[in-house]
Amino acid sequence: MLVIPCPYCGPRPELEFSYGGQAHVLRPAAATNPDPAGWNAFQYERANTRGLHAERWRHVHGCARFFNVIRDTTTDEVLRSYRSGEK
Amino acid sequence: MSGRWRLAAGGNDLDRSRPIRFEFDGRAYQGLQGDTLAAALLANGVHLVGRSFKYHRPRGIVAAGPEDPNALVTVRRDAARTTPNLNAGQVELYEGLVASSQNRWPSLRFDVGRVNDLLSRFIPSGFYYKTFMWPRTAWHRLYEPRIRAAAGLGMAPAEADPDCYAQRYGHCDVLIVGAGPAGIAAALTAARSGARVLLCDEQPQCGGSVRAERAARIEGKPAAEWLRDAMQELAQAREVTVLSRTTAFAYLPHNMVALSERLTDHLAAPPPGKPRERLWQVRARQVILATGAIERPLVFPGNDLPGVMLAGAARSFLHRHGVLPGNRVALLTAHDESYGTALDLKNAGVDIVGLADLRPRASGALVEAARRAGVPIRAATTAIGTRGNLRISAVGLSALDADGSVSGAPEWVDCDALLVSGGYTPSVHLHSQARGKLRWDGAAQSFVPAAAGQPCRSIGACSGLTGAALAEVFSQAAAAACAALEACGIAARPASFTTSDDMTSGGSWLGALPLPGAMRGGKAFVDWQNDVTAADLALAVREGFRSIEHIKRYTTTGMATDQGKTSNLNALAIAAQQLGRPIPEVGLTTFRMPYLPVGFGGLAGYARGELFAPLRKTPMYDWAAARGAVFEPVAMWQRARYFPQSGEDMHQAVARECQCVRRTCGLFDASTLGKIEVAGPDAVEFMNRMYVNSWNSLQVGRCRYGILLRDDGFVYDDGVVARIAADRLHVTTTTGGAPRVLGMMEDYLQTEWPDLKVWLTSTTEQWAVIAVQGPQARAVLEDLVGQADISAAALPHMAMTRGLVCGVPAMIFRVSFTGELGYEINVPADYGAEVWNAVWQAGQAHGMCAYGTETMHVLRAEKGYIIVGQDTDGTMTPDDAGLGWAVGKSKSEFIGMVSLRKPALRDPDRKQLVGLLTADPRHVLEEGSQIAATPGQRPPMRLVGHVTSSYYSPVLGRSIALAVVSGGRARHGQTLYVPTPRGETAVTVTQPVFYDPKGERLNA
Ligand SMILES: [Zn+2]
Repeated sequence: MLVIPCPYCGPRPELEFSYGGQAHVLRPAAATNPDPAGWNAFQYERANTRGLHAERWRHVHGCARFFNVIRDTTTDEVLRSYRSGEK
Repeated sequence: MSGRWRLAAGGNDLDRSRPIRFEFDGRAYQGLQGDTLAAALLANGVHLVGRSFKYHRPRGIVAAGPEDPNALVTVRRDAARTTPNLNAGQVELYEGLVASSQNRWPSLRFDVGRVNDLLSRFIPSGFYYKTFMWPRTAWHRLYEPRIRAAAGLGMAPAEADPDCYAQRYGHCDVLIVGAGPAGIAAALTAARSGARVLLCDEQPQCGGSVRAERAARIEGKPAAEWLRDAMQELAQAREVTVLSRTTAFAYLPHNMVALSERLTDHLAAPPPGKPRERLWQVRARQVILATGAIERPLVFPGNDLPGVMLAGAARSFLHRHGVLPGNRVALLTAHDESYGTALDLKNAGVDIVGLADLRPRASGALVEAARRAGVPIRAATTAIGTRGNLRISAVGLSALDADGSVSGAPEWVDCDALLVSGGYTPSVHLHSQARGKLRWDGAAQSFVPAAAGQPCRSIGACSGLTGAALAEVFSQAAAAACAALEACGIAARPASFTTSDDMTSGGSWLGALPLPGAMRGGKAFVDWQNDVTAADLALAVREGFRSIEHIKRYTTTGMATDQGKTSNLNALAIAAQQLGRPIPEVGLTTFRMPYLPVGFGGLAGYARGELFAPLRKTPMYDWAAARGAVFEPVAMWQRARYFPQSGEDMHQAVARECQCVRRTCGLFDASTLGKIEVAGPDAVEFMNRMYVNSWNSLQVGRCRYGILLRDDGFVYDDGVVARIAADRLHVTTTTGGAPRVLGMMEDYLQTEWPDLKVWLTSTTEQWAVIAVQGPQARAVLEDLVGQADISAAALPHMAMTRGLVCGVPAMIFRVSFTGELGYEINVPADYGAEVWNAVWQAGQAHGMCAYGTETMHVLRAEKGYIIVGQDTDGTMTPDDAGLGWAVGKSKSEFIGMVSLRKPALRDPDRKQLVGLLTADPRHVLEEGSQIAATPGQRPPMRLVGHVTSSYYSPVLGRSIALAVVSGGRARHGQTLYVPTPRGETAVTVTQPVFYDPKGERLNA
């Protein structure tokens, strides 16, 4: 079980969180009339990274906030976390 | 007979004042308090404890600890408390213990399966894969059950486990795994520095190799005395927890280690209610691994006869239990410590008939001491075989030539036990589970820990210090403890431990022993438990396997319950030799958790029975239960499915309930519907972006049926949404969908549209929802709603108002999932039962019935109302479901909007929701049935859709079904064909609305 540093609450055990998939996947707004390739990329294409991976977590049994975590997928080491909208 | 194998004195683990009676395979024996089952059996001269997995060969006790590959037994307390596959070296003796051997029929001494051994040339490695391939169906029906029965590993009890199991979390500065000399020294160092320490050991008593120490003195005391004092010091230290009988079986990410603590298995009469095991999940800032090393057997023909035992195991039995492995003992070794074992046994009165050393020469204090004592030593000598039936009677020793080959004839030396040692393999399991690297130590001939994968350190024998002087182990342990403390930011107080008279030892042999040319191919076992021989490994390489992971899977070496603890390195060495590559190049197979088998009871812990999953009950649950409702689980809710009156089955009850709702009225508990309050100045705009509908035009006090898609354009959830204030919407969801809809809303709100000022609150459990449905609904409620005007004019279909119902503040929704005039009264949950009861009382004069979810399903299907997840399957657009009208036409954004533009999602041949009427009105189709466009097809058939909902409609007096059919809306009136087990059924495609298509009743 990982220890996840919630940027709002501090480090908490993984069972307080839910996983939210790859971070920084840009969702094209409908009004921009996204081309099919771009929309498909948003929907279906993910990096499946080996190594440092930016991913979303939600502190669902805590502050309920979504935030981002940099995790090494080969070691599970969590390097840092930051709020949505931050880098 | 007893007494010949038990010394009159000695045995560090024993309480000689407490004899213990026990039973093995139906025979009564006596042991002593402090014995393991293995020790007690040996004390009674019993070596034969099991039959091997594949060949059913007789097998004996090989090791003293849990690494033993053979001695698996079943321990039975009663029919439910019967545990198979326990290791006799780990089973502690208690008064009245009943154990039995496994994998033999009809008896251990005479086993019919032994015929496999005689046929063994026909069952080489990969035999199962090669032979039982055809026909494929026979594998499941015929071969696998037979193989499993023949290769049994003991039987799990059929009864439910009556014991309870505890679980807890642990937190510490330093977790130390293994309370041998290294672990204890590290624990003392950390404890004296004030750190929070958790020390665990799998044995009943801490001490590890100190308990079998013969001469060394520590801190000026005999080893046993030092051990007692050290454990007392740790017991008194405030921040130290010592757990014995506790196995660290898994090293998980972020320095979490899972421990299994056995609490009552060693007791003759476990106190009722006391947990049998406790599963610990320990989060340690630093971990110190002091897990020791495991002695390797030697690989030569006949090395599996009972009586062949690891030399270190014999020494452990001698010093800890006063037990002798035999009376005429031979040794075959490549490690110096065996000389000490020979010496100790000789001093205990055992006749040492020979000590054969594979090495050309051996030296050192132990060797010299043995030589001086007259142990008959043969250097450069190997074993080419053993004799004996159920127990070794002789070993064939042959001299090794200068080039290491065997040429001369063997000399057969009579013995009743043969002690073997190929040296020690450091137990790097946990280090490897923690993703630490390993390094091949050529001098030690073993893999030792290199860079750690997590904040952990290995000390003592598991770090490669096998056979090292205690002084070296202690100084390494103290230094590691100090380093761990510093990493925790704790000022370490370095400790040192003086030792004297401790001896070093060394030596190693890897792989098969050399054999004369004529003898190649004899059964030299590498993996006892899975019956893998050196020849099997050679065959795998000849057949083209190159990767050690593939060789392992093909031969099954190291894949039994012992996970190859004694065998993996020998298997690797043999494979490497066959491949002509050095061992480190071939590499090790992956170390996986668990280190030792762990019972399911401990893993499940409290999560059993009522605590397995939360059971959600509505405020009206007790009312329904008291009226004999039959419940069904929906998500985690218990929902009343129907209310049978005396003698009714479900169909009769549902028929009555359906008729009642359509004729007069019915009362339904809709409290489980998911409810989310969307509030804030941007609430409407948020809903515009989330749901397909347009919400701007929804007036306060009005409701609308909302559809939520995912961004792939497919229906995700639906429900009625009410605007209960200008800045506030009451959103209902499906019963099962509430949590994921709220999660999805939060996701988009927080990460896509953080600019919106909206707050989301789950209100599912705040409201009890009392649905009154049917032509008499208004008449029932009129007297209960006080000032609230619920007339058709004031409260039309899809309107809501507030008021006092039975004096309780309520939201009254004019909504219907039945197609009848209907209301859903929302009152605070605490008033739910009271208001429900009042409505029920008022309803009696109007012929009201209570109805359940089954009737609700029939009524809604008669109206063609879909249930998301039943009539949709995650691949349906709103248009597919006949709900295209709900999609706002002039919206700039909603979830799934872009996907709905895809040509594939606008294809007129997509499956669309339709109604089906069977030619035979009594025939109720099976839900999930496939639908063909043309009759009489043979498989593979061309299918155009499937049935999603199917019921008998009591009101219509016939069956009805909803289905999704390719291009279905263009097929109305067509005949399609549903293959059923009883033949093909013709069906007519219709509108999906079977009852009151104009909605006159709804709007009454
Ligand atoms: Zn948080």
